[in-house]
Amino acid sequence: MARILGGITTSHIPAIGKAIAEGQQQDPYWKPFFDGYPKVREWLGDQKPDIAIVIYNDHGLAFFLDQMPTFAIGAAHEYRNADEGWGLPALDPFPGAPEISWQIIEAMVADEFDITSCQELPVDHGFAVPMQLFWPDRKGMPRVVPVSANTVQHPIPTLKRCLDFGKSLRRAIQAIPDDLSVVVLGTGGLSHQLDGERAGFINREFDEMCMEKIVSDPEALTKISRYDLIRQAGSQGSEFLMWMMMRGALGDRVTALHRNYHIPISNTGAGTMVLQCDD
Amino acid sequence: MEFDHHPPIEGTTLFDGRMAMKGYALNKMCYSFNEAEARAAFLADPEGYMTRFGLNAAQKEAVRAKDVLAMIAQGGNVYYLAKFAGIYGMNMQDIGAQQTGVTVEAFKEKLLKAGR
Repeated sequence: MARILGGITTSHIPAIGKAIAEGQQQDPYWKPFFDGYPKVREWLGDQKPDIAIVIYNDHGLAFFLDQMPTFAIGAAHEYRNADEGWGLPALDPFPGAPEISWQIIEAMVADEFDITSCQELPVDHGFAVPMQLFWPDRKGMPRVVPVSANTVQHPIPTLKRCLDFGKSLRRAIQAIPDDLSVVVLGTGGLSHQLDGERAGFINREFDEMCMEKIVSDPEALTKISRYDLIRQAGSQGSEFLMWMMMRGALGDRVTALHRNYHIPISNTGAGTMVLQCDD
Repeated sequence: MEFDHHPPIEGTTLFDGRMAMKGYALNKMCYSFNEAEARAAFLADPEGYMTRFGLNAAQKEAVRAKDVLAMIAQGGNVYYLAKFAGIYGMNMQDIGAQQTGVTVEAFKEKLLKAGR
C-alpha cells in the first residue's frame, strides 16, 4: 500500500529560479531564504520518496482564460518547463508517473471530486522552483504528479474545499496497492500582492498564524472566507489554498520538523515547512 | 455570492468573470508572449499585433503607455501582464513601484521594512 511520508511547503516565486540560475544563494539578500532548505533536503535524503505530488497554481503557462480548470491533475510521462516569457533557460523535463496519476484521478472522481486530467501539461515556476529547491542536482528526485488549482480567476475554490481535496487525495493515495512512499508538496504563498495600488502588501502576522494553524488546527482555517484571505494575504496570497490541499493529504496528526519564514523574497513573505505524518 | 457582501478591498481589483470578459483580448495577447517568436512579432509591429488580437482603443493606449494600473482597469490580469512586462525587462518591483507611484528603490525599501 502506498503511504504518505509527509508534506513540504515552500514559496515558488519566479525570482528564486532566477537566483538559482545566477548562483546567488549566498548573496546577503538571498541567504536567509536559501538557508531554510538544507534541512528539507536532509529529510528528503533520509525518506527517499518514490513519488512527489506537486500542488501548485498555474500562472498562465498551461491554462488560459478560454478553459480554466478549478482542479487539474497531470497524467503525463513527462512535464516540460518553458521560459514563461522571461527568457530564462527552460529546465529539463520532469519525469511523470502516469499510472499513479490515473489511479488518483479514478479514485478522486469516484469520491466526487471532478478532476480535469491533462496528458500534456507544461509546468511553470510554481511547479519547477520547488523541485529545484528540494532536488537541486536532481539526485534522488522522485517521479511527479502535478496538481494545479485555479487562483488566476475568481471564483477560486474555498479553503474548506481545498482541505477536503487533500483529504480525498489522501484516500486515493492510500488505495494504491503498490508499496510506494509519497511526499506532498504544497507550494506558493505566503502573503503577497503584485497588482494594484496595494502592490507590495505583506502581512507577517497573518502568515505566522497560518503557519501555526496549518500544523495544529487546519479546520480552523476553513472558517476564513475567500474575501478575507485576499484582504489579509493579498491578491496572490490566495496561493495559500495549495497549502490547504497539501495539509488535507497528511491526515489528522503531523509533526512540524522544520520551519523557516523570511520577508521579503521579491514581493512575498516566504514560508518553508516540513510536516511529518504521524498517522 | 460571498464577494458581493463585502466592501471593495482598497487598491485591489478582484479578477472575476466580469473583468475576465472585459480583458479577454488583452490577456490573450499577453498569454501569447510565452513564446519567444510572439514577443519578437510584437516588438516588430506593436500596433499590428494589438489589432490582430482585437484590443480596443483603451487597451491599446494602456499598452502603449506600459501603464499597469490602466491595463488592470481594462481587464488585464497580473499573471499575463507579467509576460508583457518581461518583454521590457520589467520585474515585479518595477511594476510595484509604477503602480504605487514611488521609485523602485522606495518600493524595495517598503518590502524590506515589512520584514523588520
